[in-house]
Amino acid sequence: MIIETSGLRKSFRSRQGKEKKTVEAVRGVDLRVNEGEIFGFLGPNGAGKTTTLRMLATLIVPDGGVATIAGADLLRNPGEVRRRIGYVAQGGSTWDDSTAREELVLQARLYGIGKKAAQERAARALDAFHLAEYADRKCKTYSGGQRRRVDIALGIIHEPKIVFLDEPTTGLDPQSRAHMWDEIRRLRTEGMTVFITTHYLEEADALCDRIAIMDHGEIVAEGTPTELKREIAHDVITVGLNGSTPEAFALLDGAAFVARTEKLDSGDGLRLFVDDGATAMPQVLRELERNGVTLKSIELHRPSLDDVFLTKTGRSLREK
Amino acid sequence: MKFLRDTWLIFSRQIQLLLRNPVWVFVGVFQPVMYLLLFAPLLKPALSPLGVQTDAEAYRVFVPGLLVLLAIFGGLFQGFGLIAELRAGVIERSRVTPVSRFALLIGRSLRDVVSLIVQAGIITILALFFDLRVFIGDLLLAYLMLALIALMTSAVSYGVALAVKSEDALAPLMNTVAQPVLLLSGILLPLQFAPGWLEGVAKWNPFSWAVDGTRALFAGDVGNDRVWQGLLIVAVLTVLAVWWAAREFARSVR
Repeated sequence: MIIETSGLRKSFRSRQGKEKKTVEAVRGVDLRVNEGEIFGFLGPNGAGKTTTLRMLATLIVPDGGVATIAGADLLRNPGEVRRRIGYVAQGGSTWDDSTAREELVLQARLYGIGKKAAQERAARALDAFHLAEYADRKCKTYSGGQRRRVDIALGIIHEPKIVFLDEPTTGLDPQSRAHMWDEIRRLRTEGMTVFITTHYLEEADALCDRIAIMDHGEIVAEGTPTELKREIAHDVITVGLNGSTPEAFALLDGAAFVARTEKLDSGDGLRLFVDDGATAMPQVLRELERNGVTLKSIELHRPSLDDVFLTKTGRSLREK
Repeated sequence: MKFLRDTWLIFSRQIQLLLRNPVWVFVGVFQPVMYLLLFAPLLKPALSPLGVQTDAEAYRVFVPGLLVLLAIFGGLFQGFGLIAELRAGVIERSRVTPVSRFALLIGRSLRDVVSLIVQAGIITILALFFDLRVFIGDLLLAYLMLALIALMTSAVSYGVALAVKSEDALAPLMNTVAQPVLLLSGILLPLQFAPGWLEGVAKWNPFSWAVDGTRALFAGDVGNDRVWQGLLIVAVLTVLAVWWAAREFARSVR
């Protein structure tokens, strides 16, 4: 367990006109993150993801709760936590008139690394993140993807055990995003634990080993993407038929691989709820063909993380 | 040791960036030079009741005031740069490292002191062409006064910038502070002209002591009580300002 938190809380006081309001941004977060995994924090904007991340990265002090990060106590020893983690903010961290190399050397030196070693590390990071070509140009000349890679290189220049990335792909085009995913997977290969926040379902699904879904300051679900999807819903096979719906219903309802069968409202087809769509599909085809029922169409729908989110919160993440 | 090392890191980066964009040094000098060229010539007749009879004497009264003005304003507006750095995420990036929080402040304020002294040097040299003459030892003491003022005002500006976090709030705030400070310090015209009540109010403005002290130094009157009094008052205020700003840095940064 590289991160373990219990009851982490934070509220903010804000003033609207004369009225003072207390906003509970994070209301008791319990988390466990395993060493060497990519852990994703999924939720809509304003769910409390960034606040939680900033607490874990020692940037804001929690109101309550306890947390151990890379073996150090967050509340009692934030200085030690700071030395063991890296943090990459959402909004970027580079100065327009500095070059990537200067930024990397300075950042390494701020962590107490000597001048020569800092220069070597910067050179290595520039190579690893495919930035060597632009290393001595000013940051303001970089593309969004390049600048984001500099941000991440800055976050890990001191070789932390764990790195926090706040929405690392927000605002990137699809190609840069795919590139960024590769960079993040590479960090895991190097033995680093990666903790990311995202509001992209595809990202959480494709990139993360485990995820926690956050909404209104609370964690509403935690697990691997597959576990979460399986937990809330079956795969659904929709079979389109020409008139032989009752026969097909009789054949498939109660079959070992089907959990539940429904007739479509239109009357020309069936909806089958199955545990594993990939293996159930050929069985459905075989069963119908053997009994002379012709299919018009067949379609498999697997639940997405959005279905998980919908089930857990009553809202769709995509609506936001 | 760590503090000194961290301060050096921050300071040298800031100087490096300043040198990359040296135009700002000259933008800073532009206004004072305009005063020197376009306002100071009015002073000889205006100051004649005080016994000023030559250009050199007029500049000896005006240049020290101008330099103190430059130090006050130059310092007070440094907070804008910090807000830009906050917005770019540079400050947050420093905050997650174990860097000394005090060094983040002092490294930047020292950059401001250096840039002020360079500007003051340029203006002093220009004033030499107008027959201003000042002993080097006195000048160095006057620069010490200016350096302390710049350190104080830039620290205050950084502290306020951290608290308000927006240019829109910082600009009117700094202007509101700077204007009465300017008018009550006898920078443009000596307060000898002031009616009694105004002179009485100005006695409570520490910068009027600083201006008097600096003027005495430019007049070669290093033994004047106003010199050590001005330096002492400014030094105490600088310590307080730096202490307060350091607390703001430490609090918002932990």
